[in-house]
Amino acid sequence: MLKQMEGSRAVAEAVALCRPEVICAYPISPQTHIVEALGEFVKDGSLAPCEFINVESEFAAMSVAIGSSAAGARTYTATASQGLLFMAEAVYNASGLGLPIVMTVANRAIGAPINIWNDHTDALSQRDSGWLQIFAETNQEALDLHIQGFRLAEELSLPIMVCMDGFILTHAYERVDMPTQEQVDAYLPKYEPRQVLDPAEPVSIGAMVGPEAFMEVRYLAHAKQMEALKLIPAYAAEFKSVFGRDSGGLVHTYKADDAETMVVAMGSVLGTIKDTVDEMRAAGHKIGVLGITLFRPFPIAQVRAALQGAQRVVVLEKSLAVGLGGILATNVRMALSALPIDVYTVVAGIGGRPITMRSLHGLFRRAEQDDIDAVTFLDLNRAVVDKQLDRERAKRRSGPAAEAMLRDVGVVAAKLA
Amino acid sequence: MEAAVAEKRKLAAKDYKSDIKPIWCPGCGDYSVLNALTRALAELALRPEEVAVVSGIGCSSRIPAYTSVYGFHGVHGRALPVATGLKLARPELTVLVTSGDGDGFSIGGNHFLHACRRNVDITYIVMDNQVYGMTKGQASPTTAPDWEGSKLTPEGTGINPFQPLVVGLASGANFIARVSASDPINMAKIIVEAVRHPGFSLVQILSPCVTFRPEQQEWRDIVRTAVVDYTDDAARAARRLMTDDGFNVGKVLYKGSRPPFKPEFEVTDGSIAELEASFVI
Repeated sequence: MLKQMEGSRAVAEAVALCRPEVICAYPISPQTHIVEALGEFVKDGSLAPCEFINVESEFAAMSVAIGSSAAGARTYTATASQGLLFMAEAVYNASGLGLPIVMTVANRAIGAPINIWNDHTDALSQRDSGWLQIFAETNQEALDLHIQGFRLAEELSLPIMVCMDGFILTHAYERVDMPTQEQVDAYLPKYEPRQVLDPAEPVSIGAMVGPEAFMEVRYLAHAKQMEALKLIPAYAAEFKSVFGRDSGGLVHTYKADDAETMVVAMGSVLGTIKDTVDEMRAAGHKIGVLGITLFRPFPIAQVRAALQGAQRVVVLEKSLAVGLGGILATNVRMALSALPIDVYTVVAGIGGRPITMRSLHGLFRRAEQDDIDAVTFLDLNRAVVDKQLDRERAKRRSGPAAEAMLRDVGVVAAKLA
Repeated sequence: MEAAVAEKRKLAAKDYKSDIKPIWCPGCGDYSVLNALTRALAELALRPEEVAVVSGIGCSSRIPAYTSVYGFHGVHGRALPVATGLKLARPELTVLVTSGDGDGFSIGGNHFLHACRRNVDITYIVMDNQVYGMTKGQASPTTAPDWEGSKLTPEGTGINPFQPLVVGLASGANFIARVSASDPINMAKIIVEAVRHPGFSLVQILSPCVTFRPEQQEWRDIVRTAVVDYTDDAARAARRLMTDDGFNVGKVLYKGSRPPFKPEFEVTDGSIAELEASFVI
């Protein structure tokens, strides 16, 4: 059924259709609306049976999720940014134990400096945690990926993060096609846990494993992640047969035939990139797009296949590996090893800076001339950085950098006139 | 020396405020806390550079930005350990921590227990409004179990509210008081006492959230000045707290005499060789 609704609400309705039995959450912007809506559904009885637990921190949220999943309950939670970092120890624990928890990450920058706006540094900081990670491009896809996410996680006994851009998607009102309960029930079988704390068949979960088997247990996790590369296309195809639309999958190309320049990105910025590419194509530029939906496991073969015909690849990512450059770009480079293709890293939109078509037009045109740095920071105000560096050279005790740079750009919003 | 003291006395409450305008909701109790805190600093005749205010995340944690003293705005729930490190490194500073019932008692609850135990000479000011204000109105640890105002607690929390003063006392806080934001003059007086008392001082402030708990505007009529003065007997303080409805305010409840935590290193001007010699068996 077509509805016009906020992204958070759409995700909450989709999660409810998946019949979770335990939901635990601690509020953090921009995730709060999702779990508040789910709390409402539990209160009005439309989501039942379901235990909704308001916990004291994100660390508690993930730990409660681990407990309930170990007891065999379909379990959901959601977080963002600092919340994801705070629960990190339990995040690794959940995947190491093979508990198929589904978690929405409403992507937001991590501090310091404190910032509540969108980028991908939160989820990407957990890229090696053993969780599956998928990135939604639109609210429709965010909604659909949760339904697929439960299926995938439970089949593999691995937890999954469904990542959606904070505010840009979570707080945007868009038209979505909301499935019926019958459709979701037909697609998502009842959860049959591989391991369960059951008094009738007592087991212990969480063994200490020494050097004699640690490698093997961890290799198993890797091998199971790699199985997702086969399962996801099959589940996406089945999803289409039940729900009538394409959603999910590993990667998606756009206007990639004969493209000399390929732009790679994840999440909602793909929309802006495609619009820019449309205009450039109309002007005769040979440029295309590769959207990456699945980030973990990383679809190396599919990325290579999609990019190997290009002369150059521009990886535009909302993340920064400080001291290296890009995170997504590093992964893409691995997929392109031994191919004579230039790969440019473009760090863009971190901390919520808008990525405009105007900036992208300039960037892509310069990239076509191979006139951008190997690591480029889109719309970086270099003068502000230089001024701070000058201060630090001039004076040992130059003070907190962020405060000084805020003054330089003149946006201390709360200052008295 | 006298001139220096006179110079100190010239500072008024407003001199401890920064030029950043608070973004709290109109009517928020935290305005009153900021006023009382700056008034207390003026009364203590401390230079701004002799004071540090540390906070975590939340509405109450914005206080450092609004003062002219050293400020540190850190990670959610971690203000107390940050302040501990700061005080141990710079024992000459007067260190205050401003927090709320969310930052202080849920996500940072563990540190509260151990800060009380450790008894470092800092003053912990907790603005308690029984709600998470910054994330727009969810139940906190001090929220009553039947409050149904949040979608995150669909049937109310149904669980026992956290008792910060009881827990603080049991964990070893050396000074305990409860005040109301509706009485900033008295609040300032109590903050002065808390700062002067050695060790870990806990001041709970009933600071209404007019946006998400509008009924708290009635607190100003409900609160009453506590009838008894402070005790130095922890058992007696505990008995009082256990029969307390949370609205006895305006007086110090407990003053302990445990010595504050001090770092265990000694400054030596001896040579390394002398130092080494002292370890020879």
